[in-house]
Amino acid sequence: MQFWVWIIIAVVVIFLAILAGNYNGLVGLRNQLKNAWAQIDVQLKRRHDLIPNLVETVKGYAKHERETFEMVTNARNLAQKASSAGAAERGKVEGELSMALGRLLAVAEAYPELKANQNFLALQEELTSTENKISFSRQFYNDSALKYNNKTQMFPSNIIAGMFSFKAGEFFEVTVPEQREAPKVSFT
Amino acid sequence: MWEQIKSNQIRSAALVAAIAVLLLLIGYFLGLYFIGNGIGGLLIAFIIWAIMSLIAYYQGDSILLSLSRARKIGPDDYPRLYNVVEEMKIASGLEKMPDVYIIDDPALNAFATGRDPGRASVAITSGLLQKLNRDELQGVIGHEISHVKNRDVLLMAICSVMLGTIVILAWYASRFLLFGGMAGSRRSSSSSGNSAGMVQIVILAVGLILMILAPILAQLIYYAISRKREYLADASSALYTRYPEGLASALEKLGASTQQLKSANQATAPMYIINPLHKEGIKASDLTSTHPPISERVRILRAMAGGASFSEYEKAYRQVHSSGKGILSTAAVAGAGAVSVRPASLAEPGGVESTSEKMARTREVSDVMLRLNKYRTVDCTCGAKWKIPPGFPDDSILCTRCGRRLKI
Repeated sequence: MQFWVWIIIAVVVIFLAILAGNYNGLVGLRNQLKNAWAQIDVQLKRRHDLIPNLVETVKGYAKHERETFEMVTNARNLAQKASSAGAAERGKVEGELSMALGRLLAVAEAYPELKANQNFLALQEELTSTENKISFSRQFYNDSALKYNNKTQMFPSNIIAGMFSFKAGEFFEVTVPEQREAPKVSFT
Repeated sequence: MWEQIKSNQIRSAALVAAIAVLLLLIGYFLGLYFIGNGIGGLLIAFIIWAIMSLIAYYQGDSILLSLSRARKIGPDDYPRLYNVVEEMKIASGLEKMPDVYIIDDPALNAFATGRDPGRASVAITSGLLQKLNRDELQGVIGHEISHVKNRDVLLMAICSVMLGTIVILAWYASRFLLFGGMAGSRRSSSSSGNSAGMVQIVILAVGLILMILAPILAQLIYYAISRKREYLADASSALYTRYPEGLASALEKLGASTQQLKSANQATAPMYIINPLHKEGIKASDLTSTHPPISERVRILRAMAGGASFSEYEKAYRQVHSSGKGILSTAAVAGAGAVSVRPASLAEPGGVESTSEKMARTREVSDVMLRLNKYRTVDCTCGAKWKIPPGFPDDSILCTRCGRRLKI
């Protein structure tokens, strides 16, 4: 009798330990995912903040490129409006903004005086770095999402994930195909 | 990534334990010989080591940084460097931004320090900053950040302190044995019996062999650890930047340099991205013991044809070594999915850099250094820029280009 009681207690303790371990693991990964998403958010906001300044600086030298300015400003406003949307939706609008920005910087190449402007150079460095930070934080976010999703779908943590409704994380992909390729430069 | 760290920790713990055993053995024999009590010697060795470790743990990073005369910079002092460090911090998922330091030295090198990822610093020489473009700088910083992320810095600090203790103990003990020790042993053997004299001789012999072998053995273990860490840091850098070529071409530039870093020594050598102690005039790639040969590291990185993941690095390592043995742990390689390489950044189409860009970068870095050294600049209306050192006595200078008098 005594013996069986101990066995049952041991089984219950082991079961609870596994449960707790898996639950804590899931929470840790979910927090990491949230944190990674916050990182992306910070960088995207930073980019939104940089754009008006950049547009104003370029405008001072290249007045005739109104179409490009409008495109960038519109893309930025759209992206800012979508700033509370999900990862998939944001990936789309931010991709369009990236493309518009690439166009703007390409325009700037044609104005040597603009390229010598200290203010513009500083802004360009900030923008380049922010673009890099966006892609690196996206990289880390997607890695975290993969790890978290694996955990929610694999046995035995999937049972706990189901019990406490841990939802799978959404991947963040920038969906504009042009943005993925390096610009081709030819000197002919 | 995590798997690699875990398996590394186990292996590293074993190696650290091996060095520790060596240290305690030395202490034991020294005690047996000098004070006739092995345990006492063991305790003394342990206490010396504990004190040195504590200092290394709490003050190691600031000692290292001040020894190398590194200057801390903020985001406004040199945005490019600060931004690149922040980019790598994000890519590696490090929680806290490391402090960024510049060492005013024309030699090419960089290192990371700090006992844990929450208190880390990255330092880079101004010479290296002048030489590297953005992608290469990213590769180098990625390598250093991964040292922080993988907790290599703490491990290497612990090991180098133990190695240092062994070397110091062995050095003093061998001097005593050879010069001062003779008199002591004669005195004690005359007072005790014949068998005790025999024991003394055996202890002396074992002690002498240990004195000679222990530092060499400890150094070998130390190199084994640090070399492995370098490979892992290279692999991590490729993974973080998604661009192995950046680090490869940076290493090539580092290897071609013949300048020696003034402020490095034997103990701090493994902290740097390449061994800083190569002889003046000899190429850095020739003489490397704490680090794998640079040419080999470059070849591995260049052989990563299919992606930037750990498994790709492992494959490249095997290809270069044409042996079945890999360098990274199997768990890490299996755990990582396919990772594609990104294209070169916009600034350098095709990787060719114009001389004007190089000039601009050199000037930019030297301006940063002058600003950090509290130089003031005065612009003349003729376009010349005058840099005035701190403590300049006059309140005006003569522009030698146009002959105007300039107020400071």
